[in-house]
Amino acid sequence: MRGLLIAAVVAALAAVPLFVHSNVVFNFLVVTLLIALAGQGWNIIGGYGGQYSFGHAAFFGTGAYATAILQMRYGVNAWVGFIAGIAAGAVVGAIIGGLAFRAGLRSSYFALVTLAFAEVLRILASVTPVAGAGVGILIKLDLRPEAFQFQSRAVFYLVILALVAVSLTITQMLERSRFGAWLIAVRENEDAARALGVNATAVKFGGMVLSAAVTAAAGCFYAQYFLFVDAGIAYGPWISIEALLTPIIGGAGTVFGPLVGALAVKALGEGAKLWTGDVPGLDLMIYGALLVIVIAFAPAGLVGTLVNARQRVARRLRAPRKRTAESVRG
Amino acid sequence: MAEALLSVEQVSRRFGGLLAVDAASLSAPAGRITALIGPNGAGKTTLFAMISGFLKPSAGRIRYDGADVAGEPPHRLARRGIARTFQIVQPFAGISVRDNILVGAYLRHASRADALGVAETVGREVGLGDLLERPAHTLTVAGRKRLELARALATAPKLLLLDEVLAGLNPAEIRDIVPVIRALVARGIAVVMIEHVMQAVMSLSEHVFVLAEGRIIAEGSPAQVVADPGVVEAYLGRGAATKIGTAHVH
Repeated sequence: MRGLLIAAVVAALAAVPLFVHSNVVFNFLVVTLLIALAGQGWNIIGGYGGQYSFGHAAFFGTGAYATAILQMRYGVNAWVGFIAGIAAGAVVGAIIGGLAFRAGLRSSYFALVTLAFAEVLRILASVTPVAGAGVGILIKLDLRPEAFQFQSRAVFYLVILALVAVSLTITQMLERSRFGAWLIAVRENEDAARALGVNATAVKFGGMVLSAAVTAAAGCFYAQYFLFVDAGIAYGPWISIEALLTPIIGGAGTVFGPLVGALAVKALGEGAKLWTGDVPGLDLMIYGALLVIVIAFAPAGLVGTLVNARQRVARRLRAPRKRTAESVRG
Repeated sequence: MAEALLSVEQVSRRFGGLLAVDAASLSAPAGRITALIGPNGAGKTTLFAMISGFLKPSAGRIRYDGADVAGEPPHRLARRGIARTFQIVQPFAGISVRDNILVGAYLRHASRADALGVAETVGREVGLGDLLERPAHTLTVAGRKRLELARALATAPKLLLLDEVLAGLNPAEIRDIVPVIRALVARGIAVVMIEHVMQAVMSLSEHVFVLAEGRIIAEGSPAQVVADPGVVEAYLGRGAATKIGTAHVH
């Protein structure tokens, strides 16, 4: 049933180009889905695994830089670069996850270490010649599908939508798999999970690699869409924040959380900018306010709160029947 | 006594200057309930933590099913067939009772359908059949103790370590859960239980080990052990046994 829900949501989003032809709208939707994809990556290790990374920029940036460097410095095909970028992100995830989880870092210590890794990569990228040092890398304009560049924004939109759809499906499969159950068990109570035969370190490591790969895909797409990467964009804290903000607001540890969160956050941010006439920093203030509101009143996020409410109603509907049965017996 | 599935040989554990467990030895055969009793702070839970792999022994051997397993991590011991419950219950609070048990069932069943089947069966067996859809944090203390038991059972253990599963339950709840434990033993599982509810120890177990200040000070049938002056003194203080003895004379 939930597979159908994914199909329906993706189909509805895929129908947008039939009705809308504005580049402004497509630009908005592409950026929203890009953030949703980065958040979907974070959601795997953060939402399902309970390991709150503050440094998913490390994976986003590695994806973006790998794509850009392979194309511009080594003449590699953009699609190959895209796949290589995802793989490179996964490798960085394996390194960071391997070190952090082997050292037994949890909660805030884990968050700080991931943040530190992302910052180190940002500084390295800003001084390394192959990464364009302080200048960054421009990807040559080459509007051919073979070069992963498209004349029409609508096509870019459909590509990022396809990536989000794949990621939704992966998350859904994760939720119903043994590995996913282990990941959730580790989030809920690591010692209890270990007692039940869960190799907590290995499970977190696997979750981190998958998480990093998905967020790296968002970075690769970013490079192809904007055709420019520098250290502040690729490894900057902004993307680490967006990647954790959207799933938390939408519902961490839910399939649709990151997508719903990204839509809510971006729609509010853009709407407020339109309304007030582009006050600088306003979108950040709105993120902050929204985060405070969600954490205070709906800590399970938008989707999580909805699911909980539905379960409560379902239980209440079942309860009266039992009472009647008892009164009949009495 | 049958061949021991578990035998703990001269195991010690030191925390800095404190010798929490001091050369303790005990054994547990399959299909029997072995009890481990002792005053608070005797080192019972520490000993359990070493058998289940959460702590490494400072010295000594732990033989299980023919292998020396001392120092192996918990997940590997779980795969070998050692399951434990926690004295302070550790439910996966945010997920349903069924999903809690499912985590245990996944140890031996990779397919979701098989694991769900096991979770359902085990849930009913421990009397959680009607509560499977409930979030684990809504369970009562008795329900949580059952859940601890269910999760451990779902891993299909050969050796089950029960750390005070009866503590905090009222007499009616104890009456309900005792047959569940008996049924496990009838199936051939070796059960080692830490328990303070002496009535349950007396009625359930055939062999009792008494741990006091980290050392095994007595072992034997429940009747032998409670009559042991050393055991009485360990619980009530030095000289208590003679005082009680003289009180009886007068």
